[in-house]
Amino acid sequence: MTYDFNFAVVWRNWDLLAEGLMLGLFLALVSIAIGCVLGLAAAFGMLSRHRALRWISQCYVSAIRNTPILVLILFCYFALPQLGIAMDKIPSFIFTLSLYAGAYLAEVYRSGLVALPPGLREAGLAIGLTEWKIKRYLIIPVMFRNVLPAMSNNFISLFKDTSLAAAIAVPELTFYARKINVESFRVIETWMVASLIYVGACVAIAALLRRLEARLSIPR
Amino acid sequence: MIPVLNITDLHKSFGELEVLKGIDLAMHKGDVVSLIGSSGSGKTTLLRCVNLLEEFGRGRIEIAGEPIGYREEGGRRRRLPERQIARQRAMTGMAFQQFNLFPHLSAVKNVMLGLTKTKKLPAEEARAIAESWLDRVGMLARKDHFPGQLSGGQQQRVAIARAIAMAPQLMLFDEVTSALDPELVSEVLAVVRDLGRDGMTMLLVTHEMRFARDVSSRVVFMHQGRIHEEGPPEQIFGAPGTERLKAFLSNSQS
Ligand SMILES: Nc1ncnc2c1ncn2[C@@H]1O[C@H](COP(=O)(O)OP(=O)(O)O)[C@@H](O)[C@H]1O
Ligand SMILES: [Mg+2]
Repeated sequence: MTYDFNFAVVWRNWDLLAEGLMLGLFLALVSIAIGCVLGLAAAFGMLSRHRALRWISQCYVSAIRNTPILVLILFCYFALPQLGIAMDKIPSFIFTLSLYAGAYLAEVYRSGLVALPPGLREAGLAIGLTEWKIKRYLIIPVMFRNVLPAMSNNFISLFKDTSLAAAIAVPELTFYARKINVESFRVIETWMVASLIYVGACVAIAALLRRLEARLSIPR
Repeated sequence: MIPVLNITDLHKSFGELEVLKGIDLAMHKGDVVSLIGSSGSGKTTLLRCVNLLEEFGRGRIEIAGEPIGYREEGGRRRRLPERQIARQRAMTGMAFQQFNLFPHLSAVKNVMLGLTKTKKLPAEEARAIAESWLDRVGMLARKDHFPGQLSGGQQQRVAIARAIAMAPQLMLFDEVTSALDPELVSEVLAVVRDLGRDGMTMLLVTHEMRFARDVSSRVVFMHQGRIHEEGPPEQIFGAPGTERLKAFLSNSQS
């Protein structure tokens, strides 16, 4: 049996695929930005002196990390409105992916914070910095640089996770691929192209992040 | 004249373990005091109390007449708020055994940080001060190097410049050469000696007995959390008065 490849139908819709890819990148970028802030807050929370803060942060991180992301997406989009928190598709997905990113990044940051030498904080204290300034000028910048490689891996997974937005009909790449597939019956071609676009995007993101790492890493 | 440092009846415990058992020590402007004593005798803890890196249970520390760390309130002793503590910490400078430079900042930025963020000086002024101190410690040529690109001796000299640039009333040195390879020790000691000649008030913990003998106006021998014997270096090293000190000195021939 021979299969007659026909990529033309897929290429005809290249604008949809490009649009979908752009939306996916946008969703990932916004969620990562929010997730970085959430993750940092949760990481400090988990290491806080205050038991309540530790408890809340730990609950957040454990709850999110132990729930499949698809379930989170469906929960936020379909169940939260029943509880009076209704959001459109895109904001709802960004909300979910940010929470998800925050929980994973919290774990990365927490281990980064624990690994810092105690002398860093003390040297800051010794020159008269307050705890807040020590966090801002010493702890966070040094920790960030140390965990950059671990963060990069998370960023790439998070970009791939944007494909799950198709489950709530957010028009990103996977959503359009499914649409083209249904309309053209070109199953193999459609999903092959979609996969290749994902691979290409991930490789490009990885290269970009590696350059960023090289730029930001602490010279030695 | 008000002493630069005045410690009275200082006690410090870690849980059950009493590490400082009543320390009295006064230093005047220009004094160079060396703290010697075996490991675990409380030297580091004493320095850390003076720099408010440790809380202490009983006793009083004054810098230039100002009681630091605590205030009396209706007969109760209360730790001062963080801002005050931070300000008082900046009155003393500290150089650590492990240098503790900020790894993500170049040498000059290491020195500038306290000037711009604690003293709130404009960047240009801070840079000028930082560069002049780096020059003093012989590190101006490497001002844009990062700590990871410097040898231990070079890092320690930058760390000393970072502390001194804040213009502290008192400098604390905690075994600043003991993490260094032997061939790098002298370049750091030369910097410390130079600061002493310049009139800097300094309290230093050291295992370098010859150095202590050279630079100190007074030597304090600590044993098990107490000052066991103190005096001018000629007396401490030339005519030790107690068996403990004799034993300590003969064990640390260097
Ligand atoms: N953070 C700490 N917690 C508990 N014990 C400590 C701590 N720091 C120091 N000690 C103990 O206090 C004693 C004095 O330590 P230290 O001041 O470092 O002595 P030195 O600098 O003279 O070697 C030691 O017995 C040490 O184990
Ligand atoms: Mg010590």
